[in-house]
Amino acid sequence: MNRVVVTGLGVVAPNGLGAAAYWDNTLAGRGGIGPVRRFDATGYPATLAGEVPGFAAEEHLPGRLLPQTDHMTRLALVAADWALADAGLAADAGTDLSIGVVTASSSGGFEFGQRELQNLWAKGGEHVSAYQSFAWFYAVNTGQISIRHGLRGPSGVVVSDQAGGLDAVGQARRQIRQGARAVVSGGVDGSLCPWGWAAQLSTGRLSTATDPARAYLPFDEAADGHVYGEGGAILVLEDAAAARRRGARSYGEVAGYGAAFDPRPGSGRPPALRRAVEAALADAGATPGEVDVVFADGAAVPELDDAEAAALAAVFGPYGVPVTAPKTMTGRLSSGAGGLDLAAALLSMRDAVVPPTTNVVPAPRHALDLVGSPRALPVRTALVLARGAGGFNSAVLLRAG
Amino acid sequence: MSRRVVVTGLGVLAPGGIGVKAFWELLCEGRTATRRITFFDASPFRSQVAAEIDFDPEAAGLGPQEVRRMDRAAQLAVVATRQAVADSGIEPAGLDPARTGVSLGSAVGATMSLDQEYRVVSDGGRDWLVDHRYAVPHLYGHFVPSSFAAEVAWQVGAEGPAAVISTGCTSGLDAVGHGAELIGEGSADVVIAGATDAPISPITVACFDAVKATTPRNDDPEHASRPFDASRNGFVLGEGAAVFVLEELQHARARGARVYAEIAGYATRSNAFHMTGLRPDGVEMAEAIRVALDRARLDPRDVDYVNAHGSGTKQNDRHETAAFKRSLGEHARRVPISSIKSMVGHSLGAIGSIELAASMLAMTHHVVPPTANLHEPDPECDLDYVPLVARPHHTDTVLSVGSGFGGFQSAVVLARPDRDAA
Repeated sequence: MNRVVVTGLGVVAPNGLGAAAYWDNTLAGRGGIGPVRRFDATGYPATLAGEVPGFAAEEHLPGRLLPQTDHMTRLALVAADWALADAGLAADAGTDLSIGVVTASSSGGFEFGQRELQNLWAKGGEHVSAYQSFAWFYAVNTGQISIRHGLRGPSGVVVSDQAGGLDAVGQARRQIRQGARAVVSGGVDGSLCPWGWAAQLSTGRLSTATDPARAYLPFDEAADGHVYGEGGAILVLEDAAAARRRGARSYGEVAGYGAAFDPRPGSGRPPALRRAVEAALADAGATPGEVDVVFADGAAVPELDDAEAAALAAVFGPYGVPVTAPKTMTGRLSSGAGGLDLAAALLSMRDAVVPPTTNVVPAPRHALDLVGSPRALPVRTALVLARGAGGFNSAVLLRAG
Repeated sequence: MSRRVVVTGLGVLAPGGIGVKAFWELLCEGRTATRRITFFDASPFRSQVAAEIDFDPEAAGLGPQEVRRMDRAAQLAVVATRQAVADSGIEPAGLDPARTGVSLGSAVGATMSLDQEYRVVSDGGRDWLVDHRYAVPHLYGHFVPSSFAAEVAWQVGAEGPAAVISTGCTSGLDAVGHGAELIGEGSADVVIAGATDAPISPITVACFDAVKATTPRNDDPEHASRPFDASRNGFVLGEGAAVFVLEELQHARARGARVYAEIAGYATRSNAFHMTGLRPDGVEMAEAIRVALDRARLDPRDVDYVNAHGSGTKQNDRHETAAFKRSLGEHARRVPISSIKSMVGHSLGAIGSIELAASMLAMTHHVVPPTANLHEPDPECDLDYVPLVARPHHTDTVLSVGSGFGGFQSAVVLARPDRDAA
């Protein structure tokens, strides 16, 4: 089976716009969580979020795209621009049906959608935008990226909540193995609007803390919910031989992927994360001992932290592998999270350093070697995990090369 | 792909009837299930017709808490799943959970619930800062439609790979294609695959009004969906779900299962042109068809029936006709082609799976469903669209295609698994 490598990264994260800024801030332990600025959240039980700083869409995108796109789609378009530029990849205009787009989505363009719902219910149907039909739906980012870059190959959209970013990459790899030359993948998400906030609040899993340094503490005794964030990362996945032929740099190989769904609630059966990890390892032909670092899901809900720590202990042994969750600096980005963690893992390989999990003192019961400050470490193999609400578990194994 | 994938169970909830039997009778009789919208007062809207299902979730077997927790689209998917599993003869308790997956398509997720919940939390659109305390407790599940895949997984105890595929109006083909890939690559032996959408709600009607995609033929709702007819002027919004039990061929044979069809080939391409527009040449759909046939190791001449996207918009029907000519060559002029959207409307992400169900039933009965309301074809749509009346026709191989907002163009090829022996 042909190998699939990552040749381009585009990052839009709450603690850094662009891969360089994100990575500098992440290694320095500088977070991007703060009070919500995009709407007045002071009346809601949760008031903190990870917002992408300094993003002015009109500096990056043509004016005609602005009226038809939600904020999160603009972020996705810019991330895709950067990822393709980083990869040095462009479609041959008009003739090339070999480059596709597969992204993850959780909420579509719901800030745009809230405005149009308001137009509908406050003013009437004739006030709904002609762009609503495609600005909010889950396929919007894949469609807009494919149009902007003339990418006419196999495309798709995966929805599996926060597991989606990894599932999209798994799907992109399938398409390349079936003959696509390259696929733009990952995910950028975000619905930082009151309507999106209402949905987040309904999970009961948002932290109500007001101190950004104490709000999102996965694996900590004080873990009490997470902070929601926007953004993510777009990655260019490419057939390794095609990438080599054109002299492209490889950040690393997508060597293994596994997905599994949790048992029905109340069934008493074990959660499925361990099986997803084992499937990714088996898919790559890797042993647990080869894994240099794990980028954890880090739910910060005690029973979910317990389940993740138990899965890691079962596969790697207690304290058996360095574990990190740099998403403590960004919040949980829904379907944007998987792509961003993959980007972080690939940059760890490049620079031989593992980014920290900030603010967390790991609870002893988890038996985790949690990386609390940047750790110099040659990273040849990294495992990235993600879980989505309802029971979705996914794992991607990256290898240098 | 050495592992082959077959369909061993069918469940359909479509306008005009619940269940496979009612669905097939409607199609064979060429009856239409389009009508004036009854779900809400549609009189302020440009398009006031839709293909609605008369669906009572409790009568269909759902419990009160399931009804409260699930959006209508999830309810339709769960009931279709139960039908499909019963039809397949599989006992869920006998499935290996880790080897059982879910791949469910939906274009617009829980639109009906979101529309209604928004109206309440915003107090009729008055407040930008909505009051979350008025929302249902499961609002997040409505936001992120992967909750639909979770509901389906819980029905059968699936613990393998699970996801919702949301590629607009090709979701129903892409979800089945993805499910087949999971089995083909060895990630699962059984996948519950299909699609659902229940979009008949003011926000959907308003947003399609705004782009004039739906028909304004409000004075004649029964004849409002007119694919390929010269007088067509937009699609009729519909709702529904179709769910299949997909099985690895040997897995199915080992238990002596009835096989409807093999998912013999699947491919998708993007037109990279416009979020709602189509280039008239049909190049990308033609490429998807070519690759799907190639993966099925079939020739265009092997196709006995084409189940068209046939939405009834001017641009779609011409685009699609061009794609058929480009991919099937001379055979495009010989093979019967029809659009069941003329009868059951366009249920967005669900319709691809509903059309696959119709295609499998065409193979079962050797009858091709008609294109209703096709009296005077558009001169640019000059193929055999099986007008008005179902046609007895030997059908072993079917091509089903879809096209949608976002530029997606998908094709699925269904065939008989024993075709090599013949």
